[in-house]
Amino acid sequence: MSKLIVSPSPHMLSRNSTANIMYDVVIALIPALFVSVVFFGFRTLLVTAVSVVSCVVFEYLIRKLMKRPNTIGDFSAVVTGVLLAFNLPPAIPIWIVILGDFFAIVIVKQLFGGIGQNFANPAIAARIMLFMSFGTYMTTWTSPFAYKGGVDAVASATPLMEINSANTLDLFLGNVPGCIGEVSALALLVGGIYLVIRKVINPVVPVVFIGTVFIITWIAGDNPVNQILAGGLMLGAIFMATDYATTPASFWGKVIFAVGCGIITAVIRLFGSYPEGVSFSILLMNLLTPLIDRITFVKPFGVGGAKQNV
Amino acid sequence: MSIVKSKRFLHGAKVSHFKNTHEAPTVDLPLPEKLVVPMIQHMGAPCEPIVKVGDKVYLGQKIGESPAAFSAPIHSGASGIVAEISDFHTSFGASCKKVVIQTDGAQTLDPSIRKPEIKNREEFIHAVQESGVVGLGGAGFPTHVKLNYKDIDRVHTLVVNVAECEPYITSDYRACMEDTSEIANGVRAVKKYLGIEKVFIGVESNKPNAIKALDQAFEPTENVTVVELKSLYPQGAEKSIIYATTGIVVGKGMLPADCGVIVMNVTTIGFIGKFMMDGVPLVSRRITVDGDIVEHPKNLRVPIGTPIQALLDFCGVDAEKAGKILMGGPMMGTPVFDTSAPIIKNNNAIVLLSQAASVIPPTTACIRCGKCIAVCPMRLMPAKLEKAYDKRNVENLKALSVDLCINCGCCTYICPAKRHLAQKNQLGKLLLKAQAKEANAK
Repeated sequence: MSKLIVSPSPHMLSRNSTANIMYDVVIALIPALFVSVVFFGFRTLLVTAVSVVSCVVFEYLIRKLMKRPNTIGDFSAVVTGVLLAFNLPPAIPIWIVILGDFFAIVIVKQLFGGIGQNFANPAIAARIMLFMSFGTYMTTWTSPFAYKGGVDAVASATPLMEINSANTLDLFLGNVPGCIGEVSALALLVGGIYLVIRKVINPVVPVVFIGTVFIITWIAGDNPVNQILAGGLMLGAIFMATDYATTPASFWGKVIFAVGCGIITAVIRLFGSYPEGVSFSILLMNLLTPLIDRITFVKPFGVGGAKQNV
Repeated sequence: MSIVKSKRFLHGAKVSHFKNTHEAPTVDLPLPEKLVVPMIQHMGAPCEPIVKVGDKVYLGQKIGESPAAFSAPIHSGASGIVAEISDFHTSFGASCKKVVIQTDGAQTLDPSIRKPEIKNREEFIHAVQESGVVGLGGAGFPTHVKLNYKDIDRVHTLVVNVAECEPYITSDYRACMEDTSEIANGVRAVKKYLGIEKVFIGVESNKPNAIKALDQAFEPTENVTVVELKSLYPQGAEKSIIYATTGIVVGKGMLPADCGVIVMNVTTIGFIGKFMMDGVPLVSRRITVDGDIVEHPKNLRVPIGTPIQALLDFCGVDAEKAGKILMGGPMMGTPVFDTSAPIIKNNNAIVLLSQAASVIPPTTACIRCGKCIAVCPMRLMPAKLEKAYDKRNVENLKALSVDLCINCGCCTYICPAKRHLAQKNQLGKLLLKAQAKEANAK
């Protein structure tokens, strides 16, 4: 008689897996990647490919060095690679991309314990590091369709500089200078809706984050629709403020997190000397997440005594 | 005579239902040559055999009992001769005795059996005890102990559990369709002798025929409401069904009876209803046989003590193909080590999983996705509990209320990293118990 397996219940598992979740995120980012090629040419594919390969290689090497099990199969390094590339301008030198990947994977992620243990979103932290270190490269923008030739390749400003005069439709479709993955609100929203349907992300953080920026900029007198379509807000709110390890677990925790991100983004955009505030807001709120988790602790069922609701 | 849709529910996981045997009428399993009757088939103290090898026994004759109050007597499922009394290991790892009966095929009923005459609550509870009935939904809690709770006068509501939320199992559903009058009888008996005012019958929405049948079995004056529950595992968990039907939140560390409610499985109540009419103790029960390797799943009426192999032979199942054979459903069932294991009182199904379905995937790192927290009916945080157990942090385990875990398995089910969350919770509970024992001993 063949040996029967005896193990504790449950004996049925869902089809969820870490890899499936990561595949879904990559699928959700494909529309934005496609749009980036349309507006900025094939260089965006090169940057993204280099970023992905570097992330995977760095993860493989550092895990080997640390004598830990190989985790590149869970595809999370690929996701970080794509997200970091999306946070960079199309003309970024390739060596800077690789440097950013090293910082994201080796320092922010693996040295703190790997997937699930990172204290901040690796792509956001790497973008900030690159921005601090290579300000010029990180703010050299490319005009859309510049690759078709004859047009001035280097744009001097992103729409965030003159937010109220920017063309709303351009902002929505992505026909503006900016980072590779952040320009097209439409492509990012399509990806975001896919992730909500696939139950990969809870829509509360993107909705509250974007909503808070909308409300504050509206009160401040700016064009709120332009504000939420411009810059890295869509990319950050949908894909990086929803990173599992660095955001609160409970519903109200997520709300507090998203409101905090929204306030900081809006304040930096309105009053700060940087045009962009999304990455700083996410990083700062990532750091506060453990405290937010503590104050939004969900009480188990029945703790606090019996209740008779009829 | 009213059907109500429940508006509230505790969380859970959307598992596939696989209710392939909903419309399979119960078929009698032919009597096997031998019945293997273990002396533990319930929660509480094991019984001692009260027969000797060579004794002639009748169908329904008491063959095991315990002087302890928290126990239930055991009766023979066939007439025949006691062939052997020896040691037995249950699938839970406990040790007890077993009584092996060589059946004679005649099924001669014990002549001392007659319809019970009940005049009051005490006699009712005594009769329930003598019938040997325990929680037939799977828990095996001695029913007479539940009905004899010290504050039973405070109990004003009976909840009948027809959730049957586990995949594959349909034995409670078939009881609703085939034994409807017995169920109604049982509800009336419990209501009368315990002085209960209200009855709620909770049925998951995937059993519309049962909802109708149960609703029609009662008069409007009987104050029986059928509540349609969301088909979300584990709506049949005690605290979940109480919350969904009555809105009552049973406090941590309290029993439902402390909040005025008792919950009974529908098959248990149906048995009590039948016992009130014919006095025959618990000697057989309905078993669903199903699983991904079972081509012809069936519902069978099986004498208690029948080896599982007899059920597999009758259904034409090749046990060689199985990776796991479970007593119970795939979410909370207990695997058996081989098919000579007998059917016991609180089994309601035998589920066979293929080798492919029995593979335990490798565990990967927790990604803090929070799905386990979203899915837990008791609103616990399995990811945090696991960390606390791994560090043997008893203070944290207590603070995170690991003792509220009902072992439904939703957290392990939903985890993308395939972590053994529910299993670690059970270890956490054992750790707390061991610590408490040590502290008391000092």
